[in-house]
Amino acid sequence: MYSVSKYIHIENGSIFENGKQIVDSNTTDFSEFIKQVYRNFEHIYPKFYKMDDLCKLAYIASELVLKDETEKDIALLFSNNEGSLDTDYKHQQSIQNNDAYFPSPAVFVYTLPNIAIGEVSIRHQLKSESAFFIASEYQTDYMHQYTEHLLRTNKAKKVLCGWVHCLNGAYKACFYLVETNGILEHNNQNIKQITK
Amino acid sequence: MAVYIHSSNCISPLGFTTKDNFQALLSGRSAIEKIFINDAIGTIYAGKINNQLFDAHFQSIDTLFSGARIEKLLIAALHPLINKHCIKNDSVLIFSTTKGNISALAENQLNDAFIPTTIHNINTYFGFKTEPIVISNACVSGVMALSIAKRLIESGAFSNAFVVAADELTPFVISGFQSFQAMSNEVCKPYDKNRNGINLGEAAAAVYVSDTFSANAITIAGEANSNDANHISGPSRTGEGLVLSIEKALKEAQKTTTDIDYISAHGTATLYNDEMEAIAFNRMQLQNVPLNSLKAYYGHTLGASGLLESIVAIESLKTNTLVPSLGFKEQGTSQSINIITKQEQKPLKAILKTASGFGGSNSAMVFTKNK
Amino acid sequence: MEALKKELKERIINVLNLEDITVDDIQDTDALFGDGLGLDSIDALELIVLLDKEYGIKLADPKQGKEIFQSIETMAQYIAQNRTKL
Repeated sequence: MYSVSKYIHIENGSIFENGKQIVDSNTTDFSEFIKQVYRNFEHIYPKFYKMDDLCKLAYIASELVLKDETEKDIALLFSNNEGSLDTDYKHQQSIQNNDAYFPSPAVFVYTLPNIAIGEVSIRHQLKSESAFFIASEYQTDYMHQYTEHLLRTNKAKKVLCGWVHCLNGAYKACFYLVETNGILEHNNQNIKQITK
Repeated sequence: MAVYIHSSNCISPLGFTTKDNFQALLSGRSAIEKIFINDAIGTIYAGKINNQLFDAHFQSIDTLFSGARIEKLLIAALHPLINKHCIKNDSVLIFSTTKGNISALAENQLNDAFIPTTIHNINTYFGFKTEPIVISNACVSGVMALSIAKRLIESGAFSNAFVVAADELTPFVISGFQSFQAMSNEVCKPYDKNRNGINLGEAAAAVYVSDTFSANAITIAGEANSNDANHISGPSRTGEGLVLSIEKALKEAQKTTTDIDYISAHGTATLYNDEMEAIAFNRMQLQNVPLNSLKAYYGHTLGASGLLESIVAIESLKTNTLVPSLGFKEQGTSQSINIITKQEQKPLKAILKTASGFGGSNSAMVFTKNK
Repeated sequence: MEALKKELKERIINVLNLEDITVDDIQDTDALFGDGLGLDSIDALELIVLLDKEYGIKLADPKQGKEIFQSIETMAQYIAQNRTKL
């Protein structure tokens, strides 16, 4: 039996930790909002500004879950329905017109959704299992089964699962940490509630 | 519980079946040629599936289907496997890709560029009864998809899976790798002293895996994925993530390095990737094991590469044949590794497949024979 | 030359997202890579694009970047001598 030890919800300028609101911002613009949140952290990480929006959101959500965490064998299972389309679109704009053709390496590198896993792995020094899943909505069934399989077979000590969505200014992140002890039972019903 | 690979299929510039692909490699054919892309990109060396030949092949499968090109590639890759093994109630479709139908973006068809759109079309086309699973984890996606199939079957979530991997050669990806100054201006030379970058390619590959034993099937004996936690695009200087993933895969397979008869490595032919691999293989005491990269045959097929190369490696395992690492002449890494330079028959029992990619990801998998 | 250096600093801060750094924080002879501004390999590639996009300079060999991108001073000199866009 495994449990959810912490969960985070970020949407519409609000952040909830274990269901309790911890940030209430009236900023509607994502980049302003996420910068505000970052600047309230003690941890200084200049690389944050170089990330695309998807990575910034994954970074902040992971930071909130992992800030007091000492375990390093934490698998990262991130998921969304758009992959990296938000940045894909920017890269496409830079090559669409032959007269203004300037593909940018700093944009192109973010046209892979699993870069978000890379950024979080670097920040928290996690040399662990990971995977980026793409699905039209959060797949409670197989994420639940896959998470427990990783824990049961000792492929990870803890698993950080997360839905991380960023497209055309809309954003949503639902992250939760699964381990042996916690505050909620790790079951389909609770996962559905957390990722709603 | 063990998980087995029963059959495979490959759609690539070198053929539309696994058998044709393997034959092409044995005859030393490369898919890499000079191709004009557009005015901004110009002419590059890459591997591209000939549209006329592929369309003719696709006509033999379905004359009515009018979906996107990548959907046709996926259907063509899966079709013979689904005919052979049939879809059961608990069969799942697992798709590995980096960019899916990204060319839709150039035509401003944003909805078609969503990867779930593509895979739902395929899921419905074949009549799968479960939700499809998509893995998008850069260049390790193909190996990772196979590893996730194995784990979900072990966990009892499904009894069998059709794993398919595909990526297309598109201006989107080419322009990006050009901006990374990562493209070779000739056929690439993995691990060679004069290597100067990658060739891109395209392919679709598929395998059928299940929990049912068969003497002719190949066992996925062990697998692991590890992140370098070092840099989002540059390979680790120490090969840390690759070392960790090989260690864990060997441990699960209950094999030691001396049991490994052949390594199907990643070998993109960039300076840093190949150097990183040589360091990792030496750290693992695998420097004397015969090793190849297939990138000079196919180019880098991104999300397809890990599965395509696993399929080829399995053909090597089944036929006890080592395929030369095309493009290699002179040792070009600071630590030596045993690159295969000529075709050779050799008894093979256990082999290792590795992949590394952007985001610091690394995957390793051990395949063994059942007879 | 001074105007070019200032413009260059502004563009670098902008294109490399050096959010907490101002033009005044960058000295003309500061090392851009390594201990200086702490730029990395992707930043170096981005500077190659900047030369092309803003100044019409295409580097024949990306390895040239190592010399050119030592500091604002070396970059400004190279641009002044080779620019095709004003």
